[in-house]
Amino acid sequence: MNRVGGRIVISSTKPLRRWHWVHKWSSIVCTAFMLMLCITGLPLIFHHEIDDLLHEEVKASVVPEGTPQANLDRAVGNALAKFPGQVPHFLIWDRDEPDALLVSIGPTINANPVDNRLARVDVHTGAFLDSPDVTGRFTYIMLKLHTDMFAGLPGKLFLGVMGILFCVAVISGIVVYAPAMRKLKFGAYRSERPRIVRWLDVHNLAGILLVMWTLVVGFTGVINTWADLVLKAWQFGQLAEMTAQYKDRQIPAKLSSVQEAVDVARKTIPHMQAAFVAYPGSIFTSKSHYAVFMRGDTPVTSRLLKPTLIDAETGKLTDSRDMPWFVSALFLSQPLHFGDYGGMPLKVIWALLDIITIVILWTGLYLWLRRRKPRTGPAARRTAPSSPAGTSAVPS
Amino acid sequence: MIASRPARQSLRQIFLAPLVVGLLSTVGLVSALVGDGVWDGVSWLALLLPILLYTGFLLRPRRD
Repeated sequence: MNRVGGRIVISSTKPLRRWHWVHKWSSIVCTAFMLMLCITGLPLIFHHEIDDLLHEEVKASVVPEGTPQANLDRAVGNALAKFPGQVPHFLIWDRDEPDALLVSIGPTINANPVDNRLARVDVHTGAFLDSPDVTGRFTYIMLKLHTDMFAGLPGKLFLGVMGILFCVAVISGIVVYAPAMRKLKFGAYRSERPRIVRWLDVHNLAGILLVMWTLVVGFTGVINTWADLVLKAWQFGQLAEMTAQYKDRQIPAKLSSVQEAVDVARKTIPHMQAAFVAYPGSIFTSKSHYAVFMRGDTPVTSRLLKPTLIDAETGKLTDSRDMPWFVSALFLSQPLHFGDYGGMPLKVIWALLDIITIVILWTGLYLWLRRRKPRTGPAARRTAPSSPAGTSAVPS
Repeated sequence: MIASRPARQSLRQIFLAPLVVGLLSTVGLVSALVGDGVWDGVSWLALLLPILLYTGFLLRPRRD
């Protein structure tokens, strides 16, 4: 299409037509899923605040600063007392809740940790606080829809492909932005024109303003869909290498103290603090080791976890290495996707940008539908002659 | 005045403002990762810019 209402619309050169085709089809395929992701992602930005608001939880005791932490073996024992016959998989120190330790508990060490129950324990007294069932929560349902649509790894990878298409749509959108703006200044919004023109201006303006943010959040989302694969690659690569001499061993009948394991890790990397412990036989370590994952204290280094492997029979250090680049890339892509690394103002900005992205998707969908089935009747006759140069950005 | 039709613009004219916004967005995305305090502030301002421009352009009263 190179003529609308008697005015030459775009130089319909072959490459440009191709870019329009790419923009149209990449968008059409991913738009419905991207709308779902933007809508479910919006409450997830504030999931902590929403959970606090909707659900009661037992608060940890208030203690003066500098109070020493409770012995971990005792704390874990208190949690397990509530789950007789079950075993701990992980210990998690939540950045957002420093007074509580989370103990992830499953029926056996081989059970899928996705179904684990989280017990909260007071970091300072070691007392059991609660272990709420989160699976019915609003934020849990949003999270499942957002990460895999309740379809497991295939669902996750599928959403990843949609994310790639979204990135393709953004990049092709930059290319088709140029012919649309030949005769319009930056920020043009022709408020007196029919809706198709106004929404085209909104689509072009919002799309070009948000290019970097949509690309970064889109692509880091894609990287997150590969988390399970990244974990497998690490297990069969670096982890297998570090624990090669333990390859054929079974899980020790009696585990060494987890408190001592964490102490050894702290002594090994004194400038870092423990963020996460994986029990021997769980998915983040070997059958013979506690893996104590350490983190730094800046926004970046607090994401880049460094594993320390402690022999769970002798309690001695086996090895500690920096994660390979692809795991670091995954770690760094998480804050850039979640927007949780710059306080509440950044979360609010994330939400606003998310809403504007919904506007881009919605106006894009409208423009495509209108172009596909031009309205007949008086309204169409009114809009047709005035269809401006800009409408060429609507893929035809 | 801005919505009036200027002569055919070059690619440079078309992409100058988007390029500046894109670069500032990149600064904003990275700076809160680098540190807290001032770094967070830079991040907020830089990422607020596209939102302000968006609402500003849509709400601007017409002048013709």
